[in-house]
Amino acid sequence: MDIFLQQVINGLVQGAIYAMVALGYTMVYGIMGLINFAHGEVVMIGTLVAITVVTFLLKLGFPVWLAGGMGIVAAAGVCLVLGWSLERIAYRPLRGAPRLTPLITAIGMSIVLQNLAMMIWGRNYMTFPSIIEKTQYEIGGAAFTNVQVLVVLVAGISMGGLLFLVYRTKLGMAMRATAQNPGVAGLMGVNANRVISSAFVIGSVLGALAGVMVGVYYEIAHYQMGFMLGLKAFTAAVLGGIGNLAGAMAGGVLLGLIEALGAGYIGDLTGGFLGSHYQDIFAFVVLIFVLMFRPSGLFGEKTGDRA
Amino acid sequence: MNPLLGALPVRKTIVYVLAAAALLILPFVAALGGQAWVRIVDFAILYVFLALGLNIVVGFAGLLDLGYIAFYAVGAYLWALLASPHFGLHLPFWVILPLGAIVACFFGVLLGAPTLKLRGDYLAIVTLGFGEIVRIFMNNLNAPINITNGPQGITLIDPVAIGDFKFSTVSTLFGITFSGPQKYYYLLLVLVVGVIIINIRLQHSRIGRAWQAIREDEIAAKAIGINTRNMKLLAFAMGASFGGIAGGIFAAMQGFVSPESFSLIESIMILAMVVLGGMGHIPGVILGAVLLTVLPEALRYAVVPVQKAVFGEVLADPESLRMLIFGLALVLVMRFKPAGLWPSPDRRRELAEKSR
Repeated sequence: MDIFLQQVINGLVQGAIYAMVALGYTMVYGIMGLINFAHGEVVMIGTLVAITVVTFLLKLGFPVWLAGGMGIVAAAGVCLVLGWSLERIAYRPLRGAPRLTPLITAIGMSIVLQNLAMMIWGRNYMTFPSIIEKTQYEIGGAAFTNVQVLVVLVAGISMGGLLFLVYRTKLGMAMRATAQNPGVAGLMGVNANRVISSAFVIGSVLGALAGVMVGVYYEIAHYQMGFMLGLKAFTAAVLGGIGNLAGAMAGGVLLGLIEALGAGYIGDLTGGFLGSHYQDIFAFVVLIFVLMFRPSGLFGEKTGDRA
Repeated sequence: MNPLLGALPVRKTIVYVLAAAALLILPFVAALGGQAWVRIVDFAILYVFLALGLNIVVGFAGLLDLGYIAFYAVGAYLWALLASPHFGLHLPFWVILPLGAIVACFFGVLLGAPTLKLRGDYLAIVTLGFGEIVRIFMNNLNAPINITNGPQGITLIDPVAIGDFKFSTVSTLFGITFSGPQKYYYLLLVLVVGVIIINIRLQHSRIGRAWQAIREDEIAAKAIGINTRNMKLLAFAMGASFGGIAGGIFAAMQGFVSPESFSLIESIMILAMVVLGGMGHIPGVILGAVLLTVLPEALRYAVVPVQKAVFGEVLADPESLRMLIFGLALVLVMRFKPAGLWPSPDRRRELAEKSR
């Protein structure tokens, strides 16, 4: 029972991170119908920027809370600019092009960002300075730390903020309108370019936050980390029904739980034949099964037959 | 209209003869720059093979497949297991290659069957997941029973051999000395010409037209009596079996396979070849594959001298700089040629109509 609870806690934390990254994918997809493959790299750059800034400020003798806060601000700022320019360079010129074209530019941008990061930060693993004193709590035989609580809290608050933005503000209304029908939204005075830009910017800032959380939680980062993280987050978005905000959150948390529980129990279930290094296949196996029975994801609306 | 059997005008015949002659002497021209370049040319042809296989799935039938490398991996591992000291088996290539095609074909159907209902990006992510699952299994199937030898991979794989004639060693035929990579070049050339002919014939066949109908509008295709389920499965199966054969040759050529060669980025590269060249257009796909294989290699030789010439020293890590330029090239080509470098005439017409 305590293993179960422990894995549920770990899964929730991991899932909260997936969910934050997945929101970036799903927002862009919902509005433009485009997979922003470079989003994982944006998250990676967020983490690395935060590491650099925090390490530098701590060396200068700044107090921990200020250094941490500046790290978040810097990461968010860099990712904001990055997300905005990504859309301007790689996606905006290609509206109306064949559907696979922006996919290739996205892959190109992702290669560019990854190698740029390697040139700047090098090939080695970087450690995130431990800015938070870790304390461990126990509940029903399972342990969790204050860092884990922080990750879940930040994820929860930012998702709440996003939901407020999308459903209670004018910009959010414009976003939903553009997602439904860009042409008609334009006739009603919505500036589609601005809506799309802001979707990229918001997604990237969320990604930066997620990146900082990854850094704080795992205390380690690498220029290649964005790829798998992005892949998992995208899987989460599809699992929940891509284009659907609540779906992305649910998908992220679900994916985290499935992975943690799967890794915890696969050894027992298969009599030791398959070990926990098969963790990565759960995400995909579950995805395939869910999509077999619900082809538009768990919470996705049934789209018309013409994609 | 028959591109293969119809009467050819004289000028076209001359062009074809010249192209064939150029292809025949190419490995000797490449050898002037060292055997490394012959190997690069070999890989270019291997990627043409793969890209044409993926083109059946993506270009003809319009099914976005991001896990194509899995079939290549299946073919490669099958060869590695059946012709290496790992299990002590040394079967000849005329047994393994057809077997590789069949097994890969089976995997193609295995992937195709559960994904028949999925559309567009949902299909993309499922195929991607499938590719990852195959790779993870190859990485981990070394315990408790050692099948794939895990991340270390399988070494000492037999080369392609006909009797005592091995493709990996230097040998002299008709007074000309052929190196290993040069011999593989001719083998690959024969295979790839076969694949091109199959592709051209398929495109203009009943099956090819059915795929095209599915690509343009699946509902309409169903309505006019096309069995969309079987046609989609057929596309997956055919694409997969080409991947399987290419994988076998790859294993034999390298003498070594490991899961690292079959990561997602490889699938993406092959897709990039298809899209960059011109989806569904055979000459375009060939161009894309050759370009995307040769460009990173050419950059490998160019980045260091160019940096030295411009800045007097090597400023940036050459490996990441060349990939950076490669990524930029992908973006720029798609930016200015959204339908690919050499799109099919139909496609160009459609785009022109849309923008009017």
